[in-house]
Amino acid sequence: MAPRTPFDRRVLAGIAGMAAVTLLVGGAFAGLLAEAAGNWSGAVAAFDPYLLRITRFTLWQAVLSTILSVVPAILVARALARHPSFTGRSLILRLFALPLALPAIVAALGILALLGRGGFFADWLTALTATRWQGIYGLSGILVAHVFFNLPLATRLLLHALETVPADQWRLAAQLGMGARASFRLIEWPAMRAALPGVAGLVFMLCVTSFTVVLTLGGGPRATTLEVAIYQALRFDFDPARAVALTTLQIALTVVIVAVLMRLGANMAGDASLPVAPRRPVDAGWPERLVNGVAIVAALGFVAGPIVAIVAAGLKADLARLAADPAVHKATITSLVLALIAALLSVALSLALTTARRALELRRSRLAAPGLLERLFDTGAGFVLVIPPIVIGAGWFVLLRGTGQVFSAASAMVVTVNAVMALPFAIRAIRPAYDAASARHERLCASLGIAGFARLRLVDWPSIRRPALTALAFAMALSLGDLGVIALFGSNEVQTLPYLLLARMGSYRTADAAGLALFLGALCLLLMLVVDRSRRTG
Amino acid sequence: MNEGRGAEVLVENVAFSYGEAPMTFDLAVKSGRVVAVMGPSGSGKSTLLHLIAGFERPISGRIVIGGMDVTGLAPARRPVSMVFQENNLFAHLDVARNVGLGRSPSLRLSESDRADIDEALERTGLGGKQRRLPAELSGGERQRVALARVLLRDRPVLLLDEPFASLGPALRGEMVDLVRRLHAERGMTILMVSHHPEDARSLADEIAFIDEGRVAAFAPTGEMFSRAGPAAFRAYIGR
Repeated sequence: MAPRTPFDRRVLAGIAGMAAVTLLVGGAFAGLLAEAAGNWSGAVAAFDPYLLRITRFTLWQAVLSTILSVVPAILVARALARHPSFTGRSLILRLFALPLALPAIVAALGILALLGRGGFFADWLTALTATRWQGIYGLSGILVAHVFFNLPLATRLLLHALETVPADQWRLAAQLGMGARASFRLIEWPAMRAALPGVAGLVFMLCVTSFTVVLTLGGGPRATTLEVAIYQALRFDFDPARAVALTTLQIALTVVIVAVLMRLGANMAGDASLPVAPRRPVDAGWPERLVNGVAIVAALGFVAGPIVAIVAAGLKADLARLAADPAVHKATITSLVLALIAALLSVALSLALTTARRALELRRSRLAAPGLLERLFDTGAGFVLVIPPIVIGAGWFVLLRGTGQVFSAASAMVVTVNAVMALPFAIRAIRPAYDAASARHERLCASLGIAGFARLRLVDWPSIRRPALTALAFAMALSLGDLGVIALFGSNEVQTLPYLLLARMGSYRTADAAGLALFLGALCLLLMLVVDRSRRTG
Repeated sequence: MNEGRGAEVLVENVAFSYGEAPMTFDLAVKSGRVVAVMGPSGSGKSTLLHLIAGFERPISGRIVIGGMDVTGLAPARRPVSMVFQENNLFAHLDVARNVGLGRSPSLRLSESDRADIDEALERTGLGGKQRRLPAELSGGERQRVALARVLLRDRPVLLLDEPFASLGPALRGEMVDLVRRLHAERGMTILMVSHHPEDARSLADEIAFIDEGRVAAFAPTGEMFSRAGPAAFRAYIGR
C-alpha cells in the first residue's frame, strides 16, 4: 500500500542489533553442534543414569521452591491487600523489592551467615536438634534461598493483581457486609487465580535456571542441577561431550517451560514496579487481623533475616584489610568496567530494536498484521530469556577451546552475554516512552524533515533519557551480580567481584567473603536506588 | 520555491482507504487562495490534508503542487507546512528552538537565522518569549509558536488542521486575524479544516465541502452560504 515510502534507517539499526544477538546465540550453538558432530558417541554416551538423576533433581527442587514461594505469597498478598494503609506497609513493599536487586551469591552468603555451620542460628539449632548443626546445605539450602528470592516476588505480583480490583467492588463488598471468607471467595481469589499460573510459571522458570544458588548452597553431586553440572563438566571434568548432552537437555527443558508459560500468558521479564493501594474500606475482625499480622511478620522475617545477616556478617569482616587488598581493587574495577560496557551495549541494542519495531509499525497500514521482522523485534528479544547464560557461555567455551584462547575471551563473553541477558528488561523500560514520544512527534518530524542523528539528539533522546538511565542502572546491577559466565571464563587474569567472592568462599575465607558480599550488595543496591528514583520522578 | 508566493494545489483522482470505506478526492486550488475544508466528523477532511502533506500515501492518483508532482515525495520535501490541532511543539525545547526547527531540522542556526526567529516571534506577538518552554505558554501562544515556525519555513502552501479548535471564541478570533495578516504578507495557499462557519466566512475565499470520502462541493464562500448552497452543506451547518 505504501510502495514509495523511503527506507527508514531505523530499521537498518534494528537489523544490525538483531544480527549481533543472533551471532552471539548462533556462535554458542555452532560450538555445541560442532562438538556433538565431532564426538557423537561421547555425547550420546553422556545420557546416563546420572544425567537422569540431575534432571529429576532440577525439576524436583523447582517444584518444591515454587510451592513454598507461591502458596505463602497468596496469604501475604491477601493480607497486604486487606490492610491498605498501616504504618510500615510501604516499607515492607520496598523491602520485598530488595531481593530482586541482590546478586544471588550475596543472598546465598546471607543465608549461610544465618543458617550455616558457623551461622548466627547454629548454636540455637544445635540445642534444638540435640546434634551438632552441620549447616544448611543441599536441598534445604537451595529451597531457603529460592523462597527468599521468590516469595517477595510472587507476593508483589499477586498484590498487583489484587490492586486491579476496582475500588467500587471493595466498597460494594463492605456495603454488603462480606466477611473475610466471602470476600476471599468472591473478590480476592478470582483476581489472584487469573494471575497465579503466570506467577507460578515465572517462579518455576527462575528456579529451573538457577545457577549461583545451587552452586554455592547445593553442595555435592546429590544436589546438582543441569546448569551447575554443565559448569562442572567444563571447568572440572574437561568433558565437553557431557556438557553438550547437558546443554541440550537444559535447552529442551526451558523451551518446554517457556512454551507452557506463553500459553498461560506469563510476563517473562517480571515486574519491579510498586503497586499503589487505592483507598478502600477494610472491615476485618480481630481473628483475621491476627492471621494477617502473623503472615506479614513471618514473611518479613524471612526476607529481612538474610539481609540483616549480610550486613552483620559483613561488618564483622576485616573491612580495612579488604579495602587495601589489591585483588579486591582489581576485581572491583574489572566488575565496574565490564558491567558499564555491558549496560551501555544493552541499552544501545534495545534502542535499536525499539526504534526499528516502531518504524516498521508506522510503515504498515493500520489494519495489516505485523510482518515477521516487526514481530522479531517485538518478542524476539524476549526469547533470549529462554537460553540461560550458562548455555551461551558453554557453547562459546567449547567453540574457543580448540583455539587455546578461552580465558582471554573472558571479558568479551561477560560483556556480551550480560548485555543480551538484560535486553528484555531494558526494552521494557525504554519502549513505552519511545512509542509514546513517537506517537506525539512522528508527523511533526516528518513534516520538518528531522531525521537520523539530529532526531535522536533533539527529539528522541530527551524523551527517553530517564527510562534509558533506568535500563542502564538495572542492566549494570544485573551484570555486576552475575556469576554465570565468569564462573566458566574467569581466571587469575580476569576476576569480577562475584568470582573473587566465590574463590574466597572456596578457600574457606568466610569472613573475607562476607565483607565482599556486603560491598557487592551495597553496590547493586545503590544502582537500584538510581532506578527507583528515576522511575518515581519520571 | 517561489518565495513569498502561493502555489497551485491539484489533487487528481486520489484514492485512499484505511481499510473500510474507500475515499476519492478531486480538488484544484488556485495559487494564493484560502480554502476552508468543512464537513462532518469522519468525512475525510484530515485525511485529505494528510494526503497533501504526505503523511498518507494514495493508492492511486497524483498530487501536484506548483506544477511539481509530489505524490512520491517525503513530507519534509514537499513545499508544504502544516499546523496540527496539538503536539505542534516539542515539550523539552524552548520557543526559539521550536521555531528554529523550521529553518534547520538539526538546529544548526546561524546569526541571521536567529534574527529571523526573533522577527517571526515578533510578528506573531511572541516577542521576548524566546526562552519559554511550551508548558509555560497558554494554548493560544503555543499555536502562535507553530505559526512563527510556518513563517520561518516559508513554504508556498499552508495546511491548518483545526489548529484553533481547542481555543475559546475570543482567542480563536485573534488567531484567525493573525492567519489573515500572514496571508496578506506572504500570499501562500491555505487549506484550513474548520467546523466554524464564522471562521470560514471571515477568512476563506472558497469552501470545499467533504462528505463520505469525496469533495461533495467546492465553490466560493458567499455562494456556499447562500440559499443556493448545496442541501447537504446547509444541513451540516444547520441552516
